[in-house]
Amino acid sequence: MMLIKISDDALARALGADELAEAFAAKGHEVHRTSSWGMQWLEPLVEIDGKGFGPATLGDVDAILNGSSDKAIGVIEQHPFIAGQTRFTFARAGKTRPTSLADYHATGGWQGLMRARQIGPEQIIAEVLESGLRGRGGAGFPTGIKWKTVAGAVADQKYIVCNADEGDSATFADRMVMEGDPFQLIEGMAIAGEAVGATRGYIYVRSEYPDAIRKLNEALVQCADIIAPFVCEVRMGAGAYVCGEETSLLNSLEGKRGEVRAKPPLPALEGLFGKPTVVNNVLSLAAVPHILAEGGSAAYAQQGMGRSKGTMPIQLAGNIKHGGLYEVAFGVTLGELVNVIGGGTASGRPVKAVQVGGPLGAYLHPDQFDIVFDYEAYTAADALIGHGGITVFDDTADMGSMARFAMEFCAAESCGKCTPCRIGSTRGVELIDRIRAGGRKRDVIELAPQMQNTVKDQGRSVAEEVALLTDLCETMKFGSLCALGGFTPYPVMSALKHWPEDFAPEARAVLEAAE
Amino acid sequence: MSNSVLAAIIAEHAGREGPLLPILHDVQAEFGCVSPEAEAQIAAALNLSRAEVHGVVSFYHDYTPTAEGRPVVQVCRAEACKARGVESLMPSAMAAAGDRVKLHTVYCLGLCATGPNARVGDRLHSRLDAPALAKIIENA
Repeated sequence: MMLIKISDDALARALGADELAEAFAAKGHEVHRTSSWGMQWLEPLVEIDGKGFGPATLGDVDAILNGSSDKAIGVIEQHPFIAGQTRFTFARAGKTRPTSLADYHATGGWQGLMRARQIGPEQIIAEVLESGLRGRGGAGFPTGIKWKTVAGAVADQKYIVCNADEGDSATFADRMVMEGDPFQLIEGMAIAGEAVGATRGYIYVRSEYPDAIRKLNEALVQCADIIAPFVCEVRMGAGAYVCGEETSLLNSLEGKRGEVRAKPPLPALEGLFGKPTVVNNVLSLAAVPHILAEGGSAAYAQQGMGRSKGTMPIQLAGNIKHGGLYEVAFGVTLGELVNVIGGGTASGRPVKAVQVGGPLGAYLHPDQFDIVFDYEAYTAADALIGHGGITVFDDTADMGSMARFAMEFCAAESCGKCTPCRIGSTRGVELIDRIRAGGRKRDVIELAPQMQNTVKDQGRSVAEEVALLTDLCETMKFGSLCALGGFTPYPVMSALKHWPEDFAPEARAVLEAAE
Repeated sequence: MSNSVLAAIIAEHAGREGPLLPILHDVQAEFGCVSPEAEAQIAAALNLSRAEVHGVVSFYHDYTPTAEGRPVVQVCRAEACKARGVESLMPSAMAAAGDRVKLHTVYCLGLCATGPNARVGDRLHSRLDAPALAKIIENA
């Protein structure tokens, strides 16, 4: 009898990991369902004595057991994809059973919380500040400063809210934390509660993640006594992308339409039910137990570059050969991530574009592959890191249609509160359609002699439509209440800038003339 | 629509902070929709106006005013799945679905490195090609 490890991550299960586990168990072996190593192109990955086999199918079971399988990848921890990483948040990935309290205890679990209780609120916040941890949801706001604000507010009730509404395409790190290491997230929330004086916490998880919800609930039942007097509860979202924006998330938790609130007041002072509230992303909170462990904050701050300290769990997705979860210190170049670590495209064709930061992130051209992973470097390049998702496209991608999709997505998911986002996104779709159709001709009605006030010319040229689109994007960028309307111009304008011929043959000349 | 079942769902969540979304989730799961009658009963129980409850129900994609009688297959058509060719699977998927199965576009199931992806109930499917997706639709 052998001990066999197979992930029970949703991705592995979607690729047949459950059936595989049953097949090994039926042959009399002990199967442990662990978290995923994050090498998703190899899922379902079977681990025996530290050695991996993947992607495994039911037909591979016998060959894996007798050692003749051609799916062998050698020792998992020595695989370049794993060996090249610096794993703090994902230190347990692939190694422990997600909802086993014993496994969590045995791998250093709860040490951060125990130490936090000894050193007290002021010292906790000092260490989070010292670590340099910034909000991993996308905005990059220093976590320690947010906690300090909430700690300083006076109220009868304060809240810790975990934003687990991970709606961006190409992001799955939150899901992997919740499914693979739920106790770590809960510990991070309990520490945050300790730091700011909050006794209630909510984890707002999107409804597309049923596995994560189930595992968090299982974990919460088991550790209720450990985190007490802190009480934590999972709430399920209802399919609204915009609820990943912190103020609309708070409205949703309160049982309202998920409309964005104007800031100020900051949620840190008037958040959930009007009370001081810490709203942090899953990755920010999950990084905290490590930071609060003995010597953790210094170790964290040693990684990274400039003002981007620590590690970022980067998610390699889309048309990429080696897709998965890659936690690494800030400072790695985009070219290394895509071509070396990711191995280029899955289709084997040349890389055309890379979108960093989800649906609201800019499309980067291979000419920009020397850009380093750092909040400030991306901002300077009119791009954003966002939640660290990277989507690779090969040369068959039509960037004009991707720009149109960005506007279409914004129109579908806009909460409707502010005009630039609600109406601008629909007008944006129409504008891109017109540019792709070669401009706008006057219609029959406009040309009728009875319509005396309409201009009887050739209509709007591509150049005029491009100027309108540029103007619309400026309005959305600076006039929208939140990042949905405010950042949709990034994918649109970056696609237009780098691949104008995907919009209209004359678009490149138009852009060059405009400069 | 059974009023007592609805009343039991409301009573189960009434003591919680922000009970409306948990109630609506259970109602949608139980009845397959949140009907105007259900909205009225929930509004009365939570001391909200019917307009407020309807505003919430109509805001979120997960709640529907009428029940869908057909099996539903969710297909992700967000950026990462587009990059992996989901759009080229759609014509054959629509042919396989016909009028019998409802194909529902979603934006991201979180399996972005191994798409195209689909979901039926709580069962996820990944690394799909045209025949695999058609088979899922036929078995839905």
